[in-house]
Amino acid sequence: MKNLKIHTENMYLHYGSKMALNNISISIPENKVTALIGPSGCGKSTFLRSLNRMNDLIDSVKIEGNIFIDNINIYDKNIDVVNLRKKVGMVFQKSNPFAKSIFENVAYGPRINGINNKTELTEIVEKSLQNAAIWDEVKDRLYDSALGLSGGQQQRLCIARTLAVNPEVILMDEPASALDPLSTAKIEELIVHLKEEYTIVIVTHNMQQAARISDDTAFFYLGELIEFGKTKKIFTNPDKKQTEDYITGRFG
Amino acid sequence: MMLKNFKRDAKGFIFEGLTLASALIIIAILVVMLVVIIIGGKSMFNWEFLTTFPTDGMTKGGIFPAIYGTAILVIIMSIAAVPFGTITAIYLTEYAKENSFIARSIRFAVRTLAVIPSIIFGLFGLGFFIKFVGTEMDSVFLGGQLKWGQPNILWASLTMALLTLPVVIVSVEEALKTIPRELREASLALGATKWQTIRKVVLPGSMSGIMTGTILAVSRGAGEVAPILFTGAAYYLATLPGSLSDQFMVLGYHIYIMSTQSANVDQTLPIQFGTTLVLLILTFSLNIVAIILRYRIRRRRIV
Repeated sequence: MKNLKIHTENMYLHYGSKMALNNISISIPENKVTALIGPSGCGKSTFLRSLNRMNDLIDSVKIEGNIFIDNINIYDKNIDVVNLRKKVGMVFQKSNPFAKSIFENVAYGPRINGINNKTELTEIVEKSLQNAAIWDEVKDRLYDSALGLSGGQQQRLCIARTLAVNPEVILMDEPASALDPLSTAKIEELIVHLKEEYTIVIVTHNMQQAARISDDTAFFYLGELIEFGKTKKIFTNPDKKQTEDYITGRFG
Repeated sequence: MMLKNFKRDAKGFIFEGLTLASALIIIAILVVMLVVIIIGGKSMFNWEFLTTFPTDGMTKGGIFPAIYGTAILVIIMSIAAVPFGTITAIYLTEYAKENSFIARSIRFAVRTLAVIPSIIFGLFGLGFFIKFVGTEMDSVFLGGQLKWGQPNILWASLTMALLTLPVVIVSVEEALKTIPRELREASLALGATKWQTIRKVVLPGSMSGIMTGTILAVSRGAGEVAPILFTGAAYYLATLPGSLSDQFMVLGYHIYIMSTQSANVDQTLPIQFGTTLVLLILTFSLNIVAIILRYRIRRRRIV
């Protein structure tokens, strides 16, 4: 496998005494889209949120094993979580723009990084909105509230906001699950385009979506990584019976 | 079997009437109160009454020093109570673990503080601020010369701040809780620190709650008398308070004095009504401002 970006070794995660992830070892390549699929509660979102240490916010979570990004153990005690999250951005299931203008939403990340120069900010905001394929729709209303945008536009704005921090990895937690088919198509197109510059890990419930946009697919079930491989292979000729049952809709 | 049960119907009818009557009595009480105060006070409610000092042994003249004193009181009180209360609320909602010993202790203390009778705050202010802090300040800085170890507007305001602190804490806490977890996560996921998230996302979103808490505290503080009886309110002063160590006149206490301590209670009746009307208008308008602010901030969500 060329250019490894993220890999985990024997990773376990517990919520209190309940095990949510059981011995996960996976290697995610750079500049690819990796889809995490599996039924609800299988641990795929939990796994995703471990990659930028969002689970740190939950007191009862305990993690064992190692997660490496660029061969650096992100759970090492010397790691600055804030810097990690700048490098590993996240787009959430429900679009969550701030109650600020479109411009200020995108400028939020650069601003907290100390960029206050108006010209520089304008440049970053424009570039990020263009990369998130929403520039043409909002360029005349940058100073209107982001809350006035449609759901699909809000989600692309959230992607632009993430891009503005200049991450290397983008984690997406079912980014299109609340959107209509047209908006979903736009987001999918965007994801495929984004992988040229970013490594993308996406959780999805939508199997067709995983098949359409991902290069590799990981199937999670009951906290275990059942199978991981090329998307084409997972969807046409999986090694494990559980994978096949899930993909063909026999359960899930 | 299908005949009407008159006894049962009558019971239902009587009960419904009872509920309606008690609801109407509440309205009636409010209306009577307002009408009496407005009729009694409206002849006094003029520019002169609002802007002049009492004259003729407080049987004539205006109530300007009481209005001024009330305003200064609530301003100093807010300067003390709002930041303190907001910071406490931030600790409780953002930093403390939900069921930790310390969070439960603080919440218990806030609830207890809220139900302590206001006269006890007055006694506390007297004992703590005046007899302890003030007297110590005098002996340390002024060689025992009496300046801070007696009632004044600073101690009265701080005592009032303690009384209104629970109101501020609870309303700010409520406001902070309305900020969805998704927004905090969005900020953190962009590499913001916890403090940046609080300052740039949580607090701006809670401004209406902080404002509401402040105004509720102010309107409570403007009406309370007991906490300032021993800590700074004066019967009559010929001058306005010029420094924090001066005593002051205040509307609520003025009403009490006029109606019980005056040389001629009947003669001061219009002043009593007038002062009551002013106090009522003050607290009413504060509440209206609170409502308008809330409404405007809710509409204008762009920060």
